[in-house]
Amino acid sequence: MTDFLHLLHHELLLSLVIVCMLILKLADRGRSGSSWSNLLNVLLLINFAGGLLIEAEGSLFDGMFRSNALLHFEKNVLSLGLLLVGLLATPYLRNHKHSAEFHILIASTLLGMFFMLSAGHMLLFYVGLELATIPLAALAAFNLNRGESSEAGAKLILSSAFSSAFLLLGISFVYGTCGSLQFEQIALTVSGNPLQLLAFTLVFTGFAFKLSIVPFHFWTADVYQGAPIPVAAYLSVISKAAVTLVFISVLYSVFGALQATWTPYLLITALLTIITGNLFAMRQDNIKRFLAFSSIAQVGFILTGILGANVDSEGIVLYFLLIYLFSNLAAFGVAGLISAATGKESILDYRGLHASNPRLAWTLTIALFSLAGVPPTAGFFGKLFLLTSGASLGNYLFIGIAALNMVVSMYYYLRIVKAMFMETTAQPIGKIPTGVAPAIALALCIAGILVSGLSGSFYEHIHLLTLSY
Amino acid sequence: MNLHLLVALPVVTALFLLLLRDLRQIRLIALIGSIVQLGACFLLLDSYLDVRAAGITEPVLFKSSAAWFPSLGISFTTGVDGISLAMILLSALVVLAGVLVSWNTEHLPREYFFLLMLLSAGAYGFFISLDLFTMFFFLEVAVIPKFLLIGVWGSGRKDASALKLALMLMAGSALVFVGMLGLYFNSADSFGAHTFDLETLSMQAMSLNQQLMFFPLLFIGFGIFGALFPFHTWVPDGHSSAPTAASMFLAGISMKLGGYGCLRVAAYLMPEAANYYAPVIITLAAIAVLYGAFATLMQTDLKYINAYSSVSHCGFVLLGIGMLNQTAITGAILQMVSHGLMTALFFAAIGMLYQRTHTRMVSQLGGLLRFMPFISTVFVIAGLCSLGLPGLSGFVAEMTVFMGAWEKHDTLSRVATIASCASIVVTAVYILRATGKVIFGPVADAHHGEAGDACWNEKLAAGVLLAGILIIGITPFLLTQLIQPDIERIMFNIGRDLAY
Repeated sequence: MTDFLHLLHHELLLSLVIVCMLILKLADRGRSGSSWSNLLNVLLLINFAGGLLIEAEGSLFDGMFRSNALLHFEKNVLSLGLLLVGLLATPYLRNHKHSAEFHILIASTLLGMFFMLSAGHMLLFYVGLELATIPLAALAAFNLNRGESSEAGAKLILSSAFSSAFLLLGISFVYGTCGSLQFEQIALTVSGNPLQLLAFTLVFTGFAFKLSIVPFHFWTADVYQGAPIPVAAYLSVISKAAVTLVFISVLYSVFGALQATWTPYLLITALLTIITGNLFAMRQDNIKRFLAFSSIAQVGFILTGILGANVDSEGIVLYFLLIYLFSNLAAFGVAGLISAATGKESILDYRGLHASNPRLAWTLTIALFSLAGVPPTAGFFGKLFLLTSGASLGNYLFIGIAALNMVVSMYYYLRIVKAMFMETTAQPIGKIPTGVAPAIALALCIAGILVSGLSGSFYEHIHLLTLSY
Repeated sequence: MNLHLLVALPVVTALFLLLLRDLRQIRLIALIGSIVQLGACFLLLDSYLDVRAAGITEPVLFKSSAAWFPSLGISFTTGVDGISLAMILLSALVVLAGVLVSWNTEHLPREYFFLLMLLSAGAYGFFISLDLFTMFFFLEVAVIPKFLLIGVWGSGRKDASALKLALMLMAGSALVFVGMLGLYFNSADSFGAHTFDLETLSMQAMSLNQQLMFFPLLFIGFGIFGALFPFHTWVPDGHSSAPTAASMFLAGISMKLGGYGCLRVAAYLMPEAANYYAPVIITLAAIAVLYGAFATLMQTDLKYINAYSSVSHCGFVLLGIGMLNQTAITGAILQMVSHGLMTALFFAAIGMLYQRTHTRMVSQLGGLLRFMPFISTVFVIAGLCSLGLPGLSGFVAEMTVFMGAWEKHDTLSRVATIASCASIVVTAVYILRATGKVIFGPVADAHHGEAGDACWNEKLAAGVLLAGILIIGITPFLLTQLIQPDIERIMFNIGRDLAY
C-alpha cells in the first residue's frame, strides 16, 4: 500500500487538488475572481511542492504504470510549469466568471500527462493522452464571447481526433504484429517487418500531429491565435514537453530496433519543421501566431536533439525542455499581461514598450534571447547541446543548416527587441500594472533562464538521471 | 593570479550599475570598474613577466580548470600566454577609453554602461579561454550588446545596421560552432571521451580530409568577425551607426576576436588545412587590403572612412596569418594590437569632433585646428599611425607583416605582398586628404568653434590610447618579446604537423 502511494503520489496529489477545486467551486458563495485565483494558485503550489517530497521506483498494475526518479523529475518540471501558467493566468482570469473551471480543466490535462509519462503500456498511454487533450479543446474555446476562440477549440479537437485515429490504427497494427501492448514486450518483438514499419509510421504521424511537426502543423497557429494566451502558453510548453518526453521513450525504448527507419524520418521532418517554422515566423505580426511558429521551429531543434540517440541525447532534450519552459512561459507571460491590460496582440503595438514598461521589455527581451539561443541565457546552452547531440551522427551538412537557421530565428526574435527598444509609435502602450502573481512567475522564469544555463549542475543532474534509467 | 577575476570584475561592475539611477554615480562606478580592470591587467602582466623571468617555460600560465558540463567535455579552463595577454591589455585600454568618451551619455546611461561592461566581460573571457566551448560562449556574449548599443544609442540607419551586424556575426558564430563540433567529435581525451579542451585538441592530428572540411568553417566563421573579404560588409555600416564607444569597442576589441580565433583555433588546430588553403586566404586578404583602401577613397563621412580603412588594416592581420611563418604571424599580432589602439583613438577623435560640430561629413568640416587644438592633434596622430608613419605602432606592425610575407617565395604571395604594400600609398592619400581638409583647411563653419576643446575625460581617453600607440611604436620589442615564445610554440606545432 505504501508502495502504491509512493509510486502514484504525483497522480494522487493532483487528483486530490482537482477534487478540492471542484468542492470549492460547488461551495462557492460569490467569491471574487482574484481571490479565486490566489486560492487555486496556492493549491497548485501545494501540488508542486508535494511532488518534490517523495521519490520511489517500481511499477504497478503488471507493469502498466512505471515510476522512477527520472519520471518524478519530469513530472515535477511539468507541475512547475502548471504553477507558472496558473500564476500568469491571474490577470486573464480576473474578469472571467469561470476561473475555477479553467484551473480544474487545466489540472486534469496535467493528470493525463502524468499517466501518459508513466505508462508502460500502450493503452494507459492512450488514455493518458486523451485525458491530456480533450480538456484542452474546452480551454482553447474559453474566450466565451469570441468566435475565433470557439474556432480554435473546434480545430484543436478535430485535429487531435484525427491524430488519435492515426495513433490508434498504428497501435492496433503493433498489437497485431507483436501480440502485446506492453512496451517491454513490443521492444523485444519488433523486428522491422513491413506491417510493423507501417504501424510505426502511423504512430509517428500521430505524434507528429501532437508535436506540430511539419507537415502536420497546420492547426497550431490558428489554435494559438484563437485560444486565450495562458492556454496557448500551456499548449506550447507543457503539453508539448510531455508529448516530447513520451515520444523519446517510444522511439528509444519501444521502437529502438527501428532506428534505421526513424533516423531519416526525424532528419527530414526536423529540417522541414525548422525551416517552415522560421519562414512563417518571420512574417507574423500577431504575437501569438508569431510564438506559434517560433515554437514550431523550436520543435524542429528538439527533433535534432532526439535524432542523435546517444547517451547524452535524452538528458539534453529534457534539459532543453526545462529551459524552453522558462523562456517560452516568460514570453507568453509578458504577451498575456499586455493583452489582458490593453487587448493589444500585434507586434507593431510593442513599439516603444521599453520607454513605458522597462521591466516588461527587459523580461521579454531575456526570454526572446533565450529562445534565440543567445548567451548568457540558458537557451544558448540548450540549443547548442541539441545541435551537439544531433551532430553525433556525423551529418554536419544538416547541422550546418540547422545552425544557420538559428541565425534566421535570431532575425525575428531581434525584430521584436528592436520594436521595443528602438522604435516608437503614436499610440504606445501605457504603464501596465503587473500584479503580484504574474510578477512572481516572471521572476521565477527569468531566474530559471539565467541560472539553469550558467550553472552546469542543472544539466549534470538531468544527465545523471537519464543515465540511470 | 586568478584569471576569473578578469571576467568577474566587469560582471560585478555591470550588476552594480543596475542598482544605480543617477548618471553621475553610474559613470563614476563604470570608470572605477574600468580602472580596476586595467589595474588588474597590469598586475597580471607584471606577475606574468615575473614568472617568465624565473625561467618557467610552460606554454600557458595561471592555468585553472573547473568542471562546467563535464559529461559533455566542457570545462571552464582558463590561462594566458603572451598573445592573449597582449589582447587583454588592448581590451582594458580600449574599455577605459570607451567609458571615458561616453562620459556624457544622457539617454539610458545605466543600460548603456551595463552593456559596455558586458561586452568587455565577453572579450576578456574569450581571450583567457582554453576551452573551445567556453571561448565560443564568450564570443557570443560579446555580440548582442553590440546590437543593442548600436540600435538604441546609435545614429543614422541604426536599426538596419544593428540587425545586419548581429545577424552577420551570428552567422559567423554558427559556422564556428559547426567547425567546433567537427573538432569535438574527432577528439578523445585520456578517457576516450570527446572534449573541447584546446590543448588536448592541439595534440591530436585530424585526418587531412577532416581538416579540409572543418577549417573553412572555422576560418570563415572567425573571419566574419575579423572583416574577412567578402564578409566585411557589416563593418562600415556597424561602425558608422554605432555610438562612439561602441565603434571603439567594435574596431578595437571585437574585430580582434576574429583574428585571434583564426590564429588560435583555425590555423593552430588545423595547420595542414591552413597550409592547403593559404593561397585562398592570402588572396582574400590582399583583396581586402586593396579594396578597403580604394573604398575609403570614395567615402565622405569620417566614420565611414575609418570603417573602410579598418577593413583594409584588418586585411593585414589575415595576410600575416595566411603566410604561416613566424615573422608574418608576429606582424599579424602586432597589427591587431596596433590597429585596435589606433582605430579606437580615431573613432574617439571623430566622436569628439561630431559632438561639437554635429557633422561627420568631410565637406562640412574645415580648419578645426584653430578651434580644437587637442582633438585635432589626436586626429592627426591617429591618421599618421593609420598610414604607417615610423615611430608609431602602425609602421612597426605593417612592416613586420611585409617582411614576413616576403619570406614566402611563390608568385601568388609575392604579388599579394606587393599589392598590399601598394595600398599604403592609397592610405596616405585618403588620410592626408581628410586630415588636410578637416584639420588644416579653411574654416568651414565659424560656429564650430563655440563648443571648445576636449574636456578632461576626453583628454584622458585619448592619452591612454596614445600612450599605447607610442610605446609600441618606439619600443616594439616590449611587445614582441612578450609574444615571441608563444609564436615560436605555435610555429613549432604547425611545423610538426606539416612535416608529416
